[in-house]
Amino acid sequence: MAFVQQSSPHARNARPTSRVMLWVLIAALPGLFAQTLFFGWGNLINVVFCVALAILSEAALLRLRKKPVLFFIRDNTAAVTGLLLGLSLPQFAPWWVSAVAVISAIVVAKQLYGGLGSNPFNPAMVGYALVLVSFPVAMTTNWAEPAMLWNSAPGFSETLATIASGQQTAFDGWTMATPLDEYKHKITIHTAAEVLNHPTFGNNVARGWEWVNAAFLAGGLLLIGLRIISWHIPAGFLGGLIVMSLAFGSNADLYTPLSLHILAGGTMLGAFFIATDPVSAATSHQGKLIYGAGIGILIYLIRTWGNYPDAVAFSVLLMNFAVPFIDHYTPPRTYGHHKARRGVPGSQG
Amino acid sequence: MTQLWDFSGGVHPPGHKEVSTTRPVRNAGIPELLILPLQQHIGVPAEPLVEVGERVLKGQKIADIKAGMGVPVHAPTSGVIESIADYPVPHPSGMADRCITLKPDGQDQWCALNPVKDYRSLERDQILRIIRDAGISGMGGAGFPTNIKLQPPRDRKVSTLILNGAECEPYITADDMTMREKADDVIAGLKIMAWILRPERCVIGIEDNKPEAIAALRRATEGTQTEIVVIPTKYPSGGEKQLIQILTGMEVPSGGIPADIGVMCQNIGTAVAVAKSVFEGKPLISRVVTMTGEALQDPGNFETLIGTPIEYMLEHAGVDQNAVSRLVLGGPMMGYTLTTESVPVIKTTNCVIAATAAELPAPPPEQPCIRCGQCAEACPMELLPQQLFWHAKAAEFEKAEHLNLFDCIECGACSYVCPSSIPLVQYYRFAKGEIRAQQAEQLKADRARERFEARQARLEREQQEKELRRKERAKAAAEAQAKKKADAEKAAVKGEAVDERAAKSALVEQALARKKAKAEASQSPATSAPPAEETPDIGALEKQLSQAQAKLDTMQGMLDDAKAQQADNVEKLERAVAKNHDRVKRAEALLAEARDKAAARPSESRSTH
Repeated sequence: MAFVQQSSPHARNARPTSRVMLWVLIAALPGLFAQTLFFGWGNLINVVFCVALAILSEAALLRLRKKPVLFFIRDNTAAVTGLLLGLSLPQFAPWWVSAVAVISAIVVAKQLYGGLGSNPFNPAMVGYALVLVSFPVAMTTNWAEPAMLWNSAPGFSETLATIASGQQTAFDGWTMATPLDEYKHKITIHTAAEVLNHPTFGNNVARGWEWVNAAFLAGGLLLIGLRIISWHIPAGFLGGLIVMSLAFGSNADLYTPLSLHILAGGTMLGAFFIATDPVSAATSHQGKLIYGAGIGILIYLIRTWGNYPDAVAFSVLLMNFAVPFIDHYTPPRTYGHHKARRGVPGSQG
Repeated sequence: MTQLWDFSGGVHPPGHKEVSTTRPVRNAGIPELLILPLQQHIGVPAEPLVEVGERVLKGQKIADIKAGMGVPVHAPTSGVIESIADYPVPHPSGMADRCITLKPDGQDQWCALNPVKDYRSLERDQILRIIRDAGISGMGGAGFPTNIKLQPPRDRKVSTLILNGAECEPYITADDMTMREKADDVIAGLKIMAWILRPERCVIGIEDNKPEAIAALRRATEGTQTEIVVIPTKYPSGGEKQLIQILTGMEVPSGGIPADIGVMCQNIGTAVAVAKSVFEGKPLISRVVTMTGEALQDPGNFETLIGTPIEYMLEHAGVDQNAVSRLVLGGPMMGYTLTTESVPVIKTTNCVIAATAAELPAPPPEQPCIRCGQCAEACPMELLPQQLFWHAKAAEFEKAEHLNLFDCIECGACSYVCPSSIPLVQYYRFAKGEIRAQQAEQLKADRARERFEARQARLEREQQEKELRRKERAKAAAEAQAKKKADAEKAAVKGEAVDERAAKSALVEQALARKKAKAEASQSPATSAPPAEETPDIGALEKQLSQAQAKLDTMQGMLDDAKAQQADNVEKLERAVAKNHDRVKRAEALLAEARDKAAARPSESRSTH
């Protein structure tokens, strides 16, 4: 009789990629729930639209590349890219902004580089950065006002109609500058107390945003608990941001305070869900810490001295560039070796 | 409580050990035919000491090592040697190798045995000799000759002797059952090895999932200094390097052996074999084999004669032929699949898994690596499996080597956890094989180059010597001529009646004759100067020409290569090419000349062929 011939190991107990990605989708739900609770239906609509479009573009490209479509679609990675964009884009961003972001993420940043596992850059952030520099108006004026400030909250159909209409900017009464944006521009001529009077900050740190960030933090901790991500990148990310903020921006009358850096903008989403994309991140534990810290530091630099109110996308992409370099110099010390073999083959170390 | 260290990574596969531990070790009995490979150990194969048709007794040495490393093979029972030929042997490649087959006669008649009662009264070398002559090699996996392992280099004093009772691979329970049932033999073997090595510490490392074995060993070591150290169950704690780290906190240096840090690991089965060889005088002719897997109705451990076909063992354990999808020799993490059940049990065979398709299913198709890092978390050697995979797949072997590919112990933990179900270990084996092949190729090329360069140097030297001789001859000739001229002048001066013209023409004739002689000599330097009139051998000349042409071509090729690589031997090669070019021309000229002559005398030239 013919026996199965196979290379060891014969036993396996792996959590398939599809389930890993499913857990990422699930862990993001608290954040999406908080966004919907505090900023209306916009993010939910964006998420559904982006996920659907991401899967469609992935399928189309797989077909063009003559790859098994279902086999790859089922790994859920396109859905995660769509989800991350839906969570990051402004609530009232017109549909074509989202479409450009998703298509450039999946088609250009992912599939044209060789598909899953071969993309040097975080696909979602490539899409985000592209629309951010291409459509600055649509990307800055469409952030929803926190729900409790709305006189007449836009319902699901109104929100959907606004997004679907394709208008560059949504109804002024529904939108408001984000806390990071507000603080950055007002602090140059006002004191901290005056700036914080603005309703976008609320009673705590940043109305609505603080809960959204807390929810993403909770989801992120779940992922760490499930060993789907390691703690190194978020720790480096938040550590870098905190250290920079304490070192350079402790004066709240001149700089955005630490609390806002941590609990406003895309900080927690970035730290736990975006920067942790394993394909485009550094490899070893040490490398991940450096990679995360680099992102945190760059976010602080761009938020404070750059032109943009938030900077997750640019920072992640810039550190993506640095990954091969980081990887060369941060391999772990192998058992039985005195020290790690850093550098490239042929070099000393 | 002994201090324990943890090793990095590791996985927790389900044990499946209860499948084979419910019943005590049974005797597998004597099969109809025993197949005894001549190489069951690391080293050179043993050479047969018996002839086909010869009757041998149980325990009789039937093959031994004449030169080199290795251990002998013994007859596991009495019977007749049926053949000495190639049979399939247990090997991942499914290859066949030299085996002695023995037809048992059923009498199971022992040869004369020489048990030793008090081994302490013997010299260490004598004990090592006994262990060697008993054919004992490591029974845990690799099969390194035990007597050689027990003699580490003089500067490598073994201070810690470890008995490896971890048995971390799922399914396998051979060591577990041995420790439960033969704890005294295990300890006796350990004591003999300790007496040889004189370590400061004797430790038995054993995973905490074997409470019965732990209890048995504790009883057997009561009142002795041997430590029974219970370690947490985690694969691969029984890997030599990992066990040493757990028990001592030290790491075996990369590329080194445990003795480098004063440690030695021995296998449980080996300890029992050593005890038997000394106290009973019996060679290693049987071992405990775990027969397990869901395709067996009666799994368990069997005391099995070396050489017993797996087929016989499967039947013994109640195999359901239709249910077996995969036969694994060894454990599910590091074992290899068998192509045929006709291979025999050998000294290193510890387990056979007859698995059903549901038990060890085929892996799902390989997906792209997403660098999730689960493999690196699981790697007990602290490697970066995802990077090694990347480089192995891209055939960037230099980079893989730089990331310590050769420190990989192929434990399979990375593949076990890979979400993309990538057969990582297979990629590493491939990369290692490629690198080894490249190194062998490089070595061969280096040797060829050395040979070539040495030859070039020799030819150059000979050429120079020839040139020197030529110059000397020319000088001598010039002197002789000058002298002659002087003599002639003297004679003329003396007024002798000499026709000046005649003298001159004589001189010219002499010179011509010399030149002719020289030309002849140089044309046929190798042959014993055949007469010029004889017909030249056209065939030989043609061969000479083609050889010279071929040499010129290779030389030209080498020169081109060297130029492309800007090697430092370009000059030398250029000279060589020029020289070969001349040689070809000369050969061509000779051949043309010979052909002309042959054309003049066709009949004769035919006959020379």
